[in-house]
Amino acid sequence: MHVSGGGTNSGRGLRVNGDPLWLRLLLIGSAITITGVLIVIPVVYVFVQAFADGPGAWWSQLTEDADTRHAVLLTLSVAPAAVLANTIFGLAAAWTLTRFRFRGRLLLLTLLDLPFAVSPVVAGLCILLIYGSQGWLGPWLKQAGVQVVFASPGLFLATTFVTLPFVARELIPLMESLGADEELAAVSLGAGPWQLFWRVTLPNIRWGLLFGVIQCHARAMGEFGAVKVVSGGISGQTDTMPLRVEKLFQEYNNPGSYAVASVLTLMALATLTAAWALEHWTNRRPTPSGKEL
Amino acid sequence: MSITIAGVSRRFGNFQALSGVNLQVPAGSLTALLGPSGSGKTTLLRIIAGLESADSGQVLFDDRDVTQLAARERGVGFVFQHYALFRHMTVAENIAFGLRVRKSPAADVNQRVQELLRLVRLEGLGQRLPTELSGGQRQRVALARALAVRPQMLLLDEPFGALDARVRQELRGWLRRLHQEMHVTTVFVTHDQEEAFEMADQVVVMNQGRIEQTGSPQQVFDHPATSFVMDFLGNVNVFHGRVTAGQLEAGPIRMAWSGYTQDEPRNATAYVRPHELEIDRHAEATALQATILQATPAGSLLRVRLLAEGYGVELNVDVVRERADQLQLRPGEQVFVRPKTARVFMPEPEYVI
Repeated sequence: MHVSGGGTNSGRGLRVNGDPLWLRLLLIGSAITITGVLIVIPVVYVFVQAFADGPGAWWSQLTEDADTRHAVLLTLSVAPAAVLANTIFGLAAAWTLTRFRFRGRLLLLTLLDLPFAVSPVVAGLCILLIYGSQGWLGPWLKQAGVQVVFASPGLFLATTFVTLPFVARELIPLMESLGADEELAAVSLGAGPWQLFWRVTLPNIRWGLLFGVIQCHARAMGEFGAVKVVSGGISGQTDTMPLRVEKLFQEYNNPGSYAVASVLTLMALATLTAAWALEHWTNRRPTPSGKEL
Repeated sequence: MSITIAGVSRRFGNFQALSGVNLQVPAGSLTALLGPSGSGKTTLLRIIAGLESADSGQVLFDDRDVTQLAARERGVGFVFQHYALFRHMTVAENIAFGLRVRKSPAADVNQRVQELLRLVRLEGLGQRLPTELSGGQRQRVALARALAVRPQMLLLDEPFGALDARVRQELRGWLRRLHQEMHVTTVFVTHDQEEAFEMADQVVVMNQGRIEQTGSPQQVFDHPATSFVMDFLGNVNVFHGRVTAGQLEAGPIRMAWSGYTQDEPRNATAYVRPHELEIDRHAEATALQATILQATPAGSLLRVRLLAEGYGVELNVDVVRERADQLQLRPGEQVFVRPKTARVFMPEPEYVI
């Protein structure tokens, strides 16, 4: 085989960089193998197991167990609540960090990444130490009649902590690149703060915001570690879907466990598809992400 | 509406952007804030608009103190260097923005938008998005948007800085005519002296957060108040020398200068514009001998670049065409250069204890 060191620009795509054939095959092959073994096979296997006894059995596994039904509902309320909180927080944080220069700004920017760096279990433990009955605020909360740990507020706190950076991290670089000029122009034209937000800022960041929200939601639904610590694992009360999967598995109820797992996976796939479609769609639109103005 | 700036200072961290600036902008005038980057001109403009706050000092519109007034209540039209058009809105929606946030009736808004599209000569482009327009068109949309709300003054931050030379020239003339028709008090920032002198009836030269000189273009050009102004106005020949008893000496050059009449010699710098130097073929005791490096025709002038070897000074001389034809100057030739007039600045003496 004749290998030229570049220069032949003959459109034979695979040969352009001049790497030998065996190396290309090795790299491509191992990429496909690793993806297959680590991602595709387990995901497919979840569905194979879930539907092993047919769709009817799958459906009854999901609907006939009251605790499982409750877990689905709990996840579908805790995750959106956490996403809502993080959307508001993310907007506020991105606005503050990109539109103002103040002392401690870099520190705040670094702290924003902490939930990504810290183990979720540690996050759950922190919530336990603060809000638990032995914790700092425990006695006071007990007096006020509010239960945080081993109840939905605890699940909400844990989920919110773990997914905190998603929206803000998506918005900060976007708003930085957009700059403040359009907002200043709107202000000088007489726009009030709400008009400014709804008419100028939000339309400019809507796709980035939506993308952040989708990612945040995917992560919020699947959160296990932090939630496990604060949930207390009370069936029918504080078990979210991931916790339910584990519990059913521990109880040797494999069909039930796989059924719930398959629903979680379906939700994740739907989220991914939405994010993917969104990215493709916005990339084809000329204006929203253009930096030219 | 006139603008008064009284003792305005602004600091960004360790950088003093403005220090104690005082300025009067007469009602209906077209004023240029001229200076190099970092001179504080944009900061001053933003403080007038209320987009930036002053650390100290006051801003008055006529007799009204607006220092504490929010930008949206100042009734100021602001035009940004990079247009800052709302990218998700059409041209018409951009122009209508200021009226819509004030809840003007829809019919009035549409009528005003059409009026402004005509004014900025963009009829028929109302439904385009900003990305579908050229730079010059975008800047005209930005102007229309600022004018739509009938502002009491128009502030422009390097309005033509991002445009190419031909479009810039065209827009300058257009803005000048627009100002003559509307007589709205206008302040614009520029680092281009040509732009300032061509358009403004008052030029404010700024440097390091201070105003160096304020006056008509003619005043500033003919009577620069400081050596910075002289230098900044550009393309000037600088001679370092000494003054004694009313006489300036710089190399062989001797000139009378009444600004300093004492006997003790002092350092001084003479600034001479290219058209104020004379080229001659005959030697003279008070002329500088120089070699022609280059002679370039430029309209009615011949731009000559010379090197005075004896002093290591490069000179720029503008010779009018008739005189140039007489002299027949060629690169490499030896000639004699003499100033007809000069502006002399003496640095503050440094006292040694």
